[in-house]
Amino acid sequence: MTLSEVTHVSGSLGNFQVTIRQKPRYVDMEKCIACGLCAEKCPKKVDDPFNAGMGKRKAAYIPYGQAVPLKYAIDPEHCIYLTRGKCRACEKFCPTGAVNFEDEERTVTVNVGAVIAAPGFRTFDPQGLDVYGYGSVRDVVTSLEYERLLASNGPHMGHLIRPSDHEEPRKIAWIQCVGSRNINRCDNPYCSGVCCMYAIKQALVTAEHLNGGEVEQAVFYMDVRSHGKEFERYYESAKEKGVRFIQARPHSISPGEKGKGAVLEYVTRDGRPVREDFDLVVLSVGLEAPGNAEDLARTLGIDLNESRFARTSGFSPVAATRPGIFVTGAFQSPKDIPQSVTEASTAACEAARALAAARGTQAREKTYPQERDVCGEKPVIGVFVCSCGINIANTVDVQAVADYARTLPHVAHVENNLFTCSADTQNLIARKIQELGLNRIVIAACTPRTHEPLFQDTLREAGLNPYLVEMANIRNQNAWVHQQDREKATEKAKDQVRMAVAKAALNEPLHRLKVNVIQRALVIGGGVAGMNAALALADQGYPVTLVEKSDRLGGNAWKLITNDAGEPVEPYLEALIRRVNEHPRIGVHTRTTLRSVTGSVGNFHGILEEGGAEKEIRFGVAVLATGARESEPAEYLYGQDPRVLTHQQFDTLLRERPEAAGQARSAVFIQCVGSREPERPYCSRVCCTHSVKAALRLKEANPEMDVYVLYRDMRTYGERERLYQEARRRGILFIQYGLDAKPHVEKDGADLFVTVTDPILGRPLKIPADYLVLAAAMVPHDTADLVEMFKCGTNADGFFTEAHPKLRPVDLSVDGLFVAGLCHYPKPMDESIAQAGAAASRAAVVLARDEMLLDAVKSFVTEKCDGCALCVDVCPYQAIRLDTVEETGRPTRRIVTDPALCKGCGLCAATCPKGGVMVHGFTLNQLEAQVEAALGKAV
Amino acid sequence: MSQTFEPVIIGFLCNWCAYAGGDLAGVSRLQYPPNMRPIRVMCSGMVHPDLVVNALRKGADGVLVMG
Repeated sequence: MTLSEVTHVSGSLGNFQVTIRQKPRYVDMEKCIACGLCAEKCPKKVDDPFNAGMGKRKAAYIPYGQAVPLKYAIDPEHCIYLTRGKCRACEKFCPTGAVNFEDEERTVTVNVGAVIAAPGFRTFDPQGLDVYGYGSVRDVVTSLEYERLLASNGPHMGHLIRPSDHEEPRKIAWIQCVGSRNINRCDNPYCSGVCCMYAIKQALVTAEHLNGGEVEQAVFYMDVRSHGKEFERYYESAKEKGVRFIQARPHSISPGEKGKGAVLEYVTRDGRPVREDFDLVVLSVGLEAPGNAEDLARTLGIDLNESRFARTSGFSPVAATRPGIFVTGAFQSPKDIPQSVTEASTAACEAARALAAARGTQAREKTYPQERDVCGEKPVIGVFVCSCGINIANTVDVQAVADYARTLPHVAHVENNLFTCSADTQNLIARKIQELGLNRIVIAACTPRTHEPLFQDTLREAGLNPYLVEMANIRNQNAWVHQQDREKATEKAKDQVRMAVAKAALNEPLHRLKVNVIQRALVIGGGVAGMNAALALADQGYPVTLVEKSDRLGGNAWKLITNDAGEPVEPYLEALIRRVNEHPRIGVHTRTTLRSVTGSVGNFHGILEEGGAEKEIRFGVAVLATGARESEPAEYLYGQDPRVLTHQQFDTLLRERPEAAGQARSAVFIQCVGSREPERPYCSRVCCTHSVKAALRLKEANPEMDVYVLYRDMRTYGERERLYQEARRRGILFIQYGLDAKPHVEKDGADLFVTVTDPILGRPLKIPADYLVLAAAMVPHDTADLVEMFKCGTNADGFFTEAHPKLRPVDLSVDGLFVAGLCHYPKPMDESIAQAGAAASRAAVVLARDEMLLDAVKSFVTEKCDGCALCVDVCPYQAIRLDTVEETGRPTRRIVTDPALCKGCGLCAATCPKGGVMVHGFTLNQLEAQVEAALGKAV
Repeated sequence: MSQTFEPVIIGFLCNWCAYAGGDLAGVSRLQYPPNMRPIRVMCSGMVHPDLVVNALRKGADGVLVMG
């Protein structure tokens, strides 16, 4: 339901009545074919909110090209007829009679068991803060406006120009923390968590948008917060590529010469005032709760926190304060895309868990028309060449490619589309299949790895077997990588289309097999993440085997005093362990490891080793939650002096001997010990907040104590920033150091001293330390055995690699495997708990049914097989066995393949000297046809 | 005929690594010469020796099997 808002929620978990007010669209969604004539004929131009007001749209509009549903709407605030009673041009020109000015607001009530609130965020409006010059200096834009300036579907089609004179800016500044980390002038005290990374991304992408020549990018920052997975490397690469990072907050922004560009005034770290000209200034605006957050909270009956985000507990990060209502995305706290996508699954998990009893009771299957039998038909091929906005069309002459495609054998129809993946083009393809009797489709667009399923579905909806589509990847593997050579890129694109057409002509209908699913999960790792994943699945009704290699559940959490929200960990952990142990559907195995695994998604078969004894286990999915540990520092006198401790050791000390804090006069924390160093180039994410919490605890116990935190960038992201502010307020001293001037620790007699150069004073300080606490890097446990057994992967730092960081953040690349907790990347406990729920949610997708469809790309045996069995040994999945069949009266040896085990790798096909075994969709003929087509011989 | 030698290279790219890498090169806008014609396979192990030999025989200047 679009154009809708919730006006009332009554009832309770399991039985809510939700009243929804739907505003009139004035366009009948059933009749609208999204041809766009209404917008074309509409005389009323309106500032386009999607392009941050920098472009225009009409009063009859779609918000953007990929809108779902792709149906036009009429904006009643601007429509001339609806405001002044005259016009109705859209109605006159609409070819389907879809415009309906009689449309009225309607109110519906739906009965649901749970509610998930995902209203998103709004960006901070810098208008009111004159210091940023926004609104008065023309070439000062917000980061969201800049994002639109860069976008190919933005106001200037991706051609980067500045507002004042529409010239290309060559020198651009980003100002961080606009509307974040600021309490002086009505900004927000919290850190928005995403702006550092988007500014770095924008700075790097900028270079691509300018046609050669020099470009200078400068980022003015307080702390660079690149604490996400692979983010630190991205930050380092930006530095290598010449992006300047300046730790300063410009205090004045004035217009440049003749009102073009802007002059920034700032003071460098060594106290030097600087005036610097820039062509364009981007304000990295922070994230805020939506403007109507209070109204929404009142309607839903939930509480907000002091930052206006939905109040949740660190132990149940998506549960709002009213049972049955869940929140996700930036409405819970500012967060990036991977975290938002993860927590969307968490919210789905919690809703499914709350409604487990009703699961499947109202499910309906999507139905497709009967598949047309194309056997015996000659190939009739339709080719659709995508411009992808300007992504492809900027480099490849798509019209020339389309013209060329018309000359290829079997090709009956060719089109060029702006976005071949858009809903209207999907409809068009389906229509052409039916009108022209097309029986093979070639899509020349992006990569089949992301878009093949979409086009396969289009074929199914048009009554064709989905495997009759073939893609030519002219974007990722052509236009994007040959941007400097239009001519050769176009030649290559023609070749790619010719290859795809040649292969498509040989494509045969394929069918997917169904296999039974063992509706049991294996969870490896009994820490907070593993236990939460196990409970989430067990509560939904699935039996779970929880395997822990040590002798007790709990993992790292035993060493933590509070979570980042200040809630005590121990009572939570004890209750969690009790629930896991007492759950009738969870089998807990401590001192147990997985020895071996065979099988595939839905049907895994493993051997567990428990106290020397082996035990068989069958399961449909596995969640890997093997955790991480604090590393052992190799510097700062660690191990040589008992006063030098790691975080976890210091927490243990404070728990066991609380009086120790009162007796000490000083404590020094050193950050990034073993993190963000060349040999371990990632940020451990948790240590800044951990140090701040520990420092605050010391100050609370002993306000007279001198507490120092020596840091590189403080990364107390999100609401954690409040802890950092509190620490500064309490007099904890934060001193920054660089990798080139690390602190020095020495013993002077019996005393321990830390020497560090204060960047403001420009002098070395020698600080006595009764305790020296090292923020040691988090390192993953050794998972080489699991990687080998499951054939999954880790990144260079040893953390499990997800299938896609944004699209599939808790799936591993191996089907049926999911990841949660520290083994994915260092993270605080609330994020581990959220990720565990997300992994359980994704795992439950497999477990929810007792059978699942296999991929159709599997090996098959041809009549040329003579049973030589060469392939049997090379199959890495043990999917081939030798069999004896009765043929023409005498026993004949033949191989038999098991499609459930076969992964379609084709080692068998490459080994077979006689074409006796092949892989569907990748037969020798099909590959040969592509080779020949590539070499210019159309087949 | 162009003045400089422009080789024609047939590339067999494993769907799970090299082809994904090729896609990532695109997303990262890493620029490379346009001489290779990519063929997606489900594993580099699927590339039959005959495919390589035939490609060379039929005029390819090089064959890349990436996996």
